[in-house]
Formats: sequence, C-alpha cells, structure tokens
Amino acid sequence: MADQAQLLPGTLDLLILKAVSLGPLHGYGILLRIGQISDRALLIEQGALYPALFRLVRQGLLKANWGKSDNNRRAKFYELTLAGRKRLKEETDGWKRLASAIASALAASPEES
Amino acid sequence: MTLVAYFRSLTEGIFRRSRIEHDLEEELRSHVEHRADHLASSGLDRAEAERRARAEFGAQLRYKEECREELRGNFFETLGQDIRYSARVLRKAPGFTVVAVLTLAFAIGANAVVFGVLNGLILRPLNVPQAQSLYEIDWGAEKSGWHSYPDYLDLRDRNRSFESLAAFSISNVAMDTGSNPSSNWVYQTSGNYFDALDLQPYLGRFFHAADERGPNSAPYIVLSYSFWQSRFQSDRSVVGRIVSLNKHPFTILGIAPQDFHGTVLFFVPDFYVPMVNQEQIDGDTTLNIRSTRWIIGIVGHLKPHITPEQATSDLGSVGAYLEKNYPKEDGQMRFSLSRPSLVGDFLGRPVRAFVAGLMLLAGLILLAACANLGSLFAARAADRSREIALRLSLGSSRSRILRSLFTEAGLISLAGGALGTWGSFLLLNRLTVWQPFPRFPISMPIKPDASVMLVAFLLAVISGILFGLVPVRQLLRVDPYQVVKAGSAAGPGRRITARDLLLVVQIAICAVLVTSSMVAIRGLARSLHSSFGFDPSQAVLADANAKMAGYVGDAALLMQKRMIAALESIPGVKSVGLVDTPPLTMGGTTTLIFNENNADPRPSNAATQAFMYHISPDYFHAAGTSMLAGRSVNWHDDKNAPLVAVVNREFAVKVYGSVETSLGKYFKRRDGKRIQVVGVVEDGKYLSLTEDQKAAMFLSVAQYPMNEAWLVVRSNSDSQQLAAGIQHALRSLDPQLPIFIETWDTALNGALFASRIATIALGVLGVMGAILSITGIFGMAAYSVSKRLKELGIRIALGARRKEVLDAALGRAVKLLAFGSAAGLALGLLATRVLAYIVYQATPRDPLVLTGVVLSMALVGLVATWIPAQRALSLDPLTLLREE
Repeated sequence: MADQAQLLPGTLDLLILKAVSLGPLHGYGILLRIGQISDRALLIEQGALYPALFRLVRQGLLKANWGKSDNNRRAKFYELTLAGRKRLKEETDGWKRLASAIASALAASPEES
Repeated sequence: MTLVAYFRSLTEGIFRRSRIEHDLEEELRSHVEHRADHLASSGLDRAEAERRARAEFGAQLRYKEECREELRGNFFETLGQDIRYSARVLRKAPGFTVVAVLTLAFAIGANAVVFGVLNGLILRPLNVPQAQSLYEIDWGAEKSGWHSYPDYLDLRDRNRSFESLAAFSISNVAMDTGSNPSSNWVYQTSGNYFDALDLQPYLGRFFHAADERGPNSAPYIVLSYSFWQSRFQSDRSVVGRIVSLNKHPFTILGIAPQDFHGTVLFFVPDFYVPMVNQEQIDGDTTLNIRSTRWIIGIVGHLKPHITPEQATSDLGSVGAYLEKNYPKEDGQMRFSLSRPSLVGDFLGRPVRAFVAGLMLLAGLILLAACANLGSLFAARAADRSREIALRLSLGSSRSRILRSLFTEAGLISLAGGALGTWGSFLLLNRLTVWQPFPRFPISMPIKPDASVMLVAFLLAVISGILFGLVPVRQLLRVDPYQVVKAGSAAGPGRRITARDLLLVVQIAICAVLVTSSMVAIRGLARSLHSSFGFDPSQAVLADANAKMAGYVGDAALLMQKRMIAALESIPGVKSVGLVDTPPLTMGGTTTLIFNENNADPRPSNAATQAFMYHISPDYFHAAGTSMLAGRSVNWHDDKNAPLVAVVNREFAVKVYGSVETSLGKYFKRRDGKRIQVVGVVEDGKYLSLTEDQKAAMFLSVAQYPMNEAWLVVRSNSDSQQLAAGIQHALRSLDPQLPIFIETWDTALNGALFASRIATIALGVLGVMGAILSITGIFGMAAYSVSKRLKELGIRIALGARRKEVLDAALGRAVKLLAFGSAAGLALGLLATRVLAYIVYQATPRDPLVLTGVVLSMALVGLVATWIPAQRALSLDPLTLLREE
C-alpha cells in the first residue's frame, strides 16, 4: 500500500460528493466508486465513511432513501441535492486553483526567486 | 447550525431514537454484507468473508457514535471549539482585545446607566395598583400641578371621568413622641387619598373620606413603612398610639404598604395626615382661599372606558364653570392630564426630554463604538487574509470561518457587556443611596433591576452582531489563490467606502457631544459666577420653625424677634435677617400686582406677577443684597403703620418705568390694600438659575406675620462653629424647637443640581465620544499608512516633500475628520437648544464654545494621526524596497 496517499482533512466530503454525483449509490458503492475513480490511490477506512455521510445529509448536501441493491439486499442509497451539486462545483474549483498554485510554487526553479 | 434547528433535531432525535438506531444498525450491517458478498465472489468462503468484512470496517462502536454525533449536530462541540480557538486568537492580540472590550464596556455601561435612570424615573410607573390609568390634573399653559383646596373640591365633585380624585401637598412638621422633637416631612392628603389609589394598609387602617368632618376634625397619622422602621423600630404596637404634631395630639392609625412612597417619585414622606387638619400642620389654614394654590397634585384613576381625551374635555367644562363663577381667582382654567410621578408635566417634561436626549446620545456612543470595532475587525480580517486563505484552502468552509469570527465578536461583546453592566450597577447603586439635598428625603428610585441587565445583554449581543458583520463581505470575497500568490497588498480604492461613512458619522457624533458638553460646562461656570441678587458665601441658613413649637401669628413674630436678638449676640455674627423662603432654595410664592387705581383685580388686569417675600429689617444686610434706592423695611412698619414694600429693579422698571420714579408710589394686591414702595434692591434669581428676570417684592414680616421663617446669619466665623452657636442660642430660647442649619452655599445645590447633572453627564459622554473618535481615526490612519507603505516609500524615493507624503498618507483621514466635525458642530448647535431648559444661559453662539469645539476636534485629529504620521515620515525607502 505504499502508493496510497493519506487523505487531506476536508477532502473526504469532496470525494463523496464527487462519487455520488455520477448517480445514487449506497455506502459500500460509494467506497468502490472512490476507489475506482482515484485508481485506488486513496486510502479510506471503511467505517469512516459513515460519519461523513451523516454529516453531508445533515448539511443538506445529500439525501438518502432505502432501496434494493444489485445483490438484492436492503441498502440506503445516497444522491446529491441541489445544494450538494452547487457545493461540489465550488469545492472542485477551489481545489483546482489551490492545487495549481501549489504545483506552480513547487515547480518554481531557484533562479526566479 | 442554528440553535433552533439544533433543538429541533434534538427533540426529533429523542422521539425517533429507536428508529434511527435501527436504521444505523441496518445500514452498517448492509455495508458489511455487501463487502462480504464482494469478498465471497472472489472465492473466499462465506464465513471467512464475513469475518474479514467486519475487520475491514474498523471500530464499529466508534463510528456509530460518530454517526450519532453527526446526526445530533454537534452544535455545542463546535461552539466550544470556536470559543477555545477565538480565546486563543484573542489572547495572542492582547492590545486589540483590551481596547475592544474596554470600548464596548464603556459604551454599554453608559447605555445601561442611562437606561437605568430612564427606567427608574420615566418607564416605571408609581407603585400603586393599575398605575396605567392614574393621571394627574395640571392647568394653564405652564402645566402647573398646583391647585387650591376649593378648586380641588370643585374638580372632585364636578368631574364625571375619574373614579375619585385625591389631593396631596407636602409640609414640614414637628413630631414629638415624648422626647426629642424631630422635623419631619409629611403629605397632607385628602381623606380619600389611599382609597382613590386603591391601596391596602400594611398594618392598622387608613383614614377615609368619611373621617373628614370640617377643619381639624381628623387628627390621624398613617406612617410610611420606612419611617415606621427607622423611627419606631417596626414596633407593631404603635398603631393607636397618640403622638404630638406641632404640639397637637394625633393618633397613629396604620402603616402604608412597604413599596408605596407617595405620589411624587423621588420624594419620600415620613407620614401622611388629612389635609383638613392643615391649620394644625401649617399654623394657618388656606382651606377656604381659592387663590392660594398650595396643593401639589391632584391624582385619580380614570373610570373604565374613559379615554384621557374624553377626561380632558370633561375637565374643560369644570374649568369653564370655575372661570365663570370665580373670575377673580380662576381667570384661565384650562386643565390637562399628565402622568403623576414627576410632579406632572411641570417637572416631568424637562426630565423626560433630558433623559430621552441622554439615551439618544448614549445610543449614538454605542453605535460609534460598534463602528469603531467594526473597522478594527475589518482591518484585522484584512491582515489575517493569509491565515484565512490558508484555512479555506485546507478545506475549512467559509461559514465555519465566519462563525469563528463571529465567535470572536461575540466573546468580545459579551465580555464588554458584562464589564459594562457591572460598572453600571455599581454606579446606579451609588446613585440610589445618594442624598443630594440633606434637608429633603430624596431617594432616586433607580435601583438597577433585571430589565437593566436584559437591556445591557441585548445591546451587547446586537453590537456584537453589528461589528461582527462588518468584515463579512470582505471575507466572502477572499480568494485563497489570489491571496497566497499576491500577498496582502491590495491597493486601497479611491471611492468612498462604508468604513469611511462610519468614521464620518462617528466623528460627527463626537463633535455633537463635545459641543453640547462644552455649552453645558460654559453655562454652569457662568451660573456659578452670575449674580444671584444675594451673596451665599459666609451666610448660614437656620430653619427655626416657630410654628412647630406652637408659636402662631403674633406669638410667632415675638418669638422670631427674640431669636434674631439671640443670634445677633453670638460673637462674630455681623447681621441676622429673617425671610420666609430664602431665594433659590425651595420654591417661592408669587402674587399678582395691580396698579393703584385698578378696581377689578382679575388676573388679566394685573400689572405683573412678582415673587413675594416676607423679611425682617436686617434681611438685606444678612443676605448681601444691595439697596439701590430708598430704605429697607423696619420694625416700625408694623400692623399700625401703613403697608410698605421693597421691590426689585425689575419690578420698579416694569410697573413704574424706572428705579427713581418708583419710590413713594403705590400698588395693590388682590385684596385691594394699597402698599407703598419705600425701597428698591438689585435684581436676583428667585426660583431657578435659568429663569428670565422676574419681579420681586419684599414685605415687612411685622405687617404680615409668618409662622415659618428662615434666619439668615452672616458672619466671619467658621460655619461649623457658628452652627453650634446658633443651635445653642435657639435651644436656650425653647428646647422644643426643631432646628435645621445649613450654609446657603449647600442650600444652593438644589438650584444648581439639574445643570450640574447635565454637565457631568454630557462631559462624561463627550470624553467617551472623543476617545472613540481618536481610536477610530487612529485605526483608519494607521491602517491606511501600513497598507500603502510601498507607495509612500516610492514617493519618498522620488523626492516627495514631507507635506506631500503626509498628504498622501493622511489626507483622507484629515478630510473625513474635517467633514465629520463640521457636521457634528452644526448638529450640536441645534441640540443645545434643548439644553437651554436645564443649563443657565446655554447658548451655542458663544465664541469661546465654538473655538473650544474646533480646538478639541483638531486635538482629537492630531492625537489620532500623530503616530501614523510619524511612521509615514520616518519611512526609509531603501529598507522598504530591499524588503520587497
């Protein structure tokens, strides 16, 4: 697991929003989706997902409904609310700007300073 | 999360707990099963897959608890975090914190004190049942509450709007319970007084209307609760006891309720007696005289469903009846209603206007303080933009950052509010026990209560929100990318910002306060040095009430002559005079003056209205009043001699044209007797320092004997020693004489009281306003200098002169200051018109005041911009440029 990165604080929420933005998912589905879209580079302990989900529901960014999964098991499915979609966009933009700022800062060569 | 939402989710949580628990349980189980399905599908056997799935999930209990916490919303936890964080941030900036907390503490404290006074004197009604339907009857354009007894009877019997009308007056009487007679303050009331106010006795019984059967028919006393405690040590057997008032036997009927202090707000009487016994209390009776208005107030509850307007028009018909039937005495009787408590509108109006004005000023101070703190916060937020950008980029939400800023504002406002409230409680409690006039049983009913605390708390919360809001817009625009890249060197815009406006408003408020306090201080100084028409220094007043020892009429005169002789023989005494009421101490009596040949003495025919004094021959010497012409009265001007009077200059000029022509002339009073002017004295002040010049006349006490009179003693010796001498001399004449001695200067405190209070209050507010302005301008100037260091450095490097640098650095601040001061000065000049009611000769058109205001505002500006200016001038462009 050496190539897996620790999550920065605050990024889990963003990842969950992103995962769910592609369609309603249950908890385990979200984990799988995050693993899939991040090429298994990010490490999340499975249980840690749930406090985050409950938080996002309370903030009104996600809504949840019980349903049947592909395995024919009862599961709670999460999807984005309107506010969630908006938040996802904001956070994505902010993240991109920060990342490029840090990237360019790190890429600066000694002569320029 | 708001508190409301928190509580909602909390209560819902309680009701739905089991379902939620069930849901949570099932969701986690579903997760593990899905994982196990997944693992099993890759070849593990089912039991092993489930074991591994559970293990991979991690600490189930912990996550469950975390989920529950998220579900509840951890309002208090985040609040706790925010508070801890904010406290840490504030501790790191102690200067900022102390300034902010103190600013707010002063502003909120000032508001709490003024509100306490407002609450005690104006908002809180008298302590009687159904106080909201209780009204007092005033008459005339001056809204005078003074009435005569016959007028009272007519009002009581002829009106159709009041349940019943009660009258009361205040007198001084000697109570003797067997030893050591004391001089006490008493309400003389109509028999129905307690019934009209709907009161029940604390002990014993009250007197009633049925007890009144003609003059001196009701020798009864109802004690006030506090007097019962202090004089009779709460002895319950006192009911039914007979004590003597002015040597007449009176029976104590009962004790008034504990929280009832009479119907004048700050004057607490010792006991109550029926006014039909006036002759025994005052030494003479005016019960049958319609023109003597000695009743202080007539009060009563309106009948149900009667509006004050209906009652006023009903009283109008009573007034018309009086005008028609008693044109001599009641020329113009237009009645109006007012709230009792502050002697009706007579005292109530100026007090209400002044306290309301103070409240407004205090509110402005608080607003200025909020503006100040708002810009401080905004400046801090700008300085912290890097930190905030970092927090934003690390995933903190904007709302969380805003919340932590608001927590900072909240902490500061609560700390300031608590400190301010504490201070105001100290001050209000001091004021409550303050006895400004030793002779009168004054109590300021302004003990701080829960409402003061509530108001202070609300003000703290509101101001916290107000100044916490200022940096919000700025924060919402923070772009972490820009800030991290460019540092904090956003150049200041040229356009006028909200912060500039706040500052101008604040400076204007300060200028208003400075202007009005200067006008007040000038007025007070002037009134202290103005001519009173007498010289209070080195004069001692002794109240030796002959009537209290049973001397009435001619016996009183004889006694007074003996007292004068006794005091004159005290070593060091220069002269001793007698006067019924010393000017400027406790009101005065006015009388209508008619021309000698006037035959119809109705008020509209009067030549003037004059203050009337009764004096002994040496009074003018003793008082230090100078004679302008003629002579004083003398002992030969007695009952067998023609009536004579000394008048003041105003009287002489108004009635006869000049001082010289007035000597030897005659005038008449309402009784038609001719009185000859034998002398003229200088003008003086009689009732208040702010009054316009009034006419006055002085009659011979030998021709008009007075039962109550003050001795005026002028001497060189120390007043303490003199007082002992006076006490001894008078006691040896009659040991039963209650005596009260004070210097005339002390007695004048009453006349100066209002303007002193006004001056102190305005002065304190003015200083606070100035301090706020200084910190406000300083904050802005320092901030703008530090923001533009680079630009200033370049200017200096390019050879800008000092003036140009200063102009660039501080021009804006100075412009704002000038603009604000001008606006404030103009407003202040308007505001001082209100002051003219209270403060002697409060005129804003005083060059000294104008210069003073301009100078102080300039000083404020200089102090506030000194440090930033020094910083701008001492810039070293080289260092600056190297740092970049």
